[in-house]
Amino acid sequence: MNLLEYTFQQIINAVSQGSMFALVAVGLSIIFSLLRLTNFAHGDMMMVGAFGTLVMQLAGVPFLLAVLLGIVISALVGIIIERIAYRPVRGAPDVTMLLTSVALTYILENLGILLFTSSPRNFPLPDWLNASFNLADGRISFTSINLLTFGLTLLALLFLAWFVRNTQVGLGMRAAAEDLTASYLVGINVNTVIVVAFVMASSFAGLAGVLWAAQAGVVEPHMGFTPLLKAFVAAIIGGFGSIPGAIIGGFVLGALEVLIQSLPSEWGLGAYRDAIVFTLLIAFLLFRPGGIVGVKQEVKL
Amino acid sequence: MSETLLKIEQLEVNYGAVRALKNVSLEVKSGEVVALLGANGAGKSTTLRAISGLVKAKSGGITYANQNIARLNPTQIVALGVSHSPEGRRVFPGMTVLENLRLGASQRNDKENIQADIDRMFEMFPILSERKTQTAGTLSGGEQQMLALTRALMNRPKMLLLDEPSLGIAPLIVRQIFATLAELKKTGTTILLVEQNVNIALNLADRAYVLRTGEIVLNGSASELRLNSERVAQAYLGGGIETQDSRAA
Repeated sequence: MNLLEYTFQQIINAVSQGSMFALVAVGLSIIFSLLRLTNFAHGDMMMVGAFGTLVMQLAGVPFLLAVLLGIVISALVGIIIERIAYRPVRGAPDVTMLLTSVALTYILENLGILLFTSSPRNFPLPDWLNASFNLADGRISFTSINLLTFGLTLLALLFLAWFVRNTQVGLGMRAAAEDLTASYLVGINVNTVIVVAFVMASSFAGLAGVLWAAQAGVVEPHMGFTPLLKAFVAAIIGGFGSIPGAIIGGFVLGALEVLIQSLPSEWGLGAYRDAIVFTLLIAFLLFRPGGIVGVKQEVKL
Repeated sequence: MSETLLKIEQLEVNYGAVRALKNVSLEVKSGEVVALLGANGAGKSTTLRAISGLVKAKSGGITYANQNIARLNPTQIVALGVSHSPEGRRVFPGMTVLENLRLGASQRNDKENIQADIDRMFEMFPILSERKTQTAGTLSGGEQQMLALTRALMNRPKMLLLDEPSLGIAPLIVRQIFATLAELKKTGTTILLVEQNVNIALNLADRAYVLRTGEIVLNGSASELRLNSERVAQAYLGGGIETQDSRAA
């Protein structure tokens, strides 16, 4: 395998990995920008989406429809937790909201354990999704899942970009993220905006959960934890609260992880992948808290 | 004389332990321009924020178009036709001029007329039309003030609450904005105007109230107050003005 082919293979891996981080990070950023809420329960929406899809499949629903229903279920759970857990503490100190989200994580994960036990379950895939493609006589290979991950992420992000530019609720979402008080004064229905934001964030996470499970082949109640942490890193290095920032951060992080792993193994850096990633996070927090896009501090009245 | 559009009775507002407004009563008649004058921290902005529902009154009543609005939330109050152009302009800095204007129409149901209204705003301030795809954060202070004003007008308000439209803006632009406000007054828009610039406010207003440390210490017609500028100055600074005496004026 020559260097060019090797690089191309790693780019495919990086894009696939980055898509997933971006998909989860965008939701974290949207919610943070509106509520100053660091939503730890966001990762569990991945679990909800994946289990939702699994249950639908077991009930005999065809795969694609099952995925769609799984995403709808995550959106519904998002609406429910906003209504019963986050709305009552809206406007409370940031720590209160943070603790609420940590509590929700425990509740959701334990609910998952109660319903599905904590042991991983096989995540069945239709054959066409397991198909792999080979280029250059098999020296470059990728699967349908890689393709699907990138394709669906691209679609989701394009939809989001269209939504926040062209719909009244989307405009309201950006406005409320910039200046909540001013959005009340111009008559934006902030409650609607927040509910729609939860629907979007949770469905994106649900989709990411399905893709994650498809790549791993299994689902389990704690599956959202690691991707959540990674998505946090992505959102923060991109610029916490910014949609473009989360997308950039997601792909940068994906590329970085794949880069670390693709370095010659005698360097021995592969084992320190997570350590390097979190060191980067600390460096950003210390030296560039606004992230790559440079998020400005919020305006206070 | 036309009927009362806004009536505030014995309004009291606290920020924590600090009393921001005590026993404030005022009224604005339909079609009138009323100025709210006073030094920094006198409670002018707080009065506007209480009307638009951003802060809740501890006691007292706020009646708009014969409806008690003291317990409504800001969105509901905007929907009733009260637009508040806040202190510091508060345009959405990362959004374009057009997007800011569209957001001003958030509570309107007549979507088909919104574009026509945006065009009207551009006729009012042609510079905004040149800048329509620029983000609001890149505008000058004066242009941002024009945007804040037109964004408030996009709600087709019956009543406009304006907080310091002249603050930090070049005199030429201030004149342009106040000329526009005079035009609005002719079309019958009711305005409650908070200003530190007494002269320019009294030139536009029909009547004025002077606030000092959360209380109304003087009120009268604009022409009267223009002639008594030393009394206005005294009320600002805290001379021995009898509230009773000034009410009679």
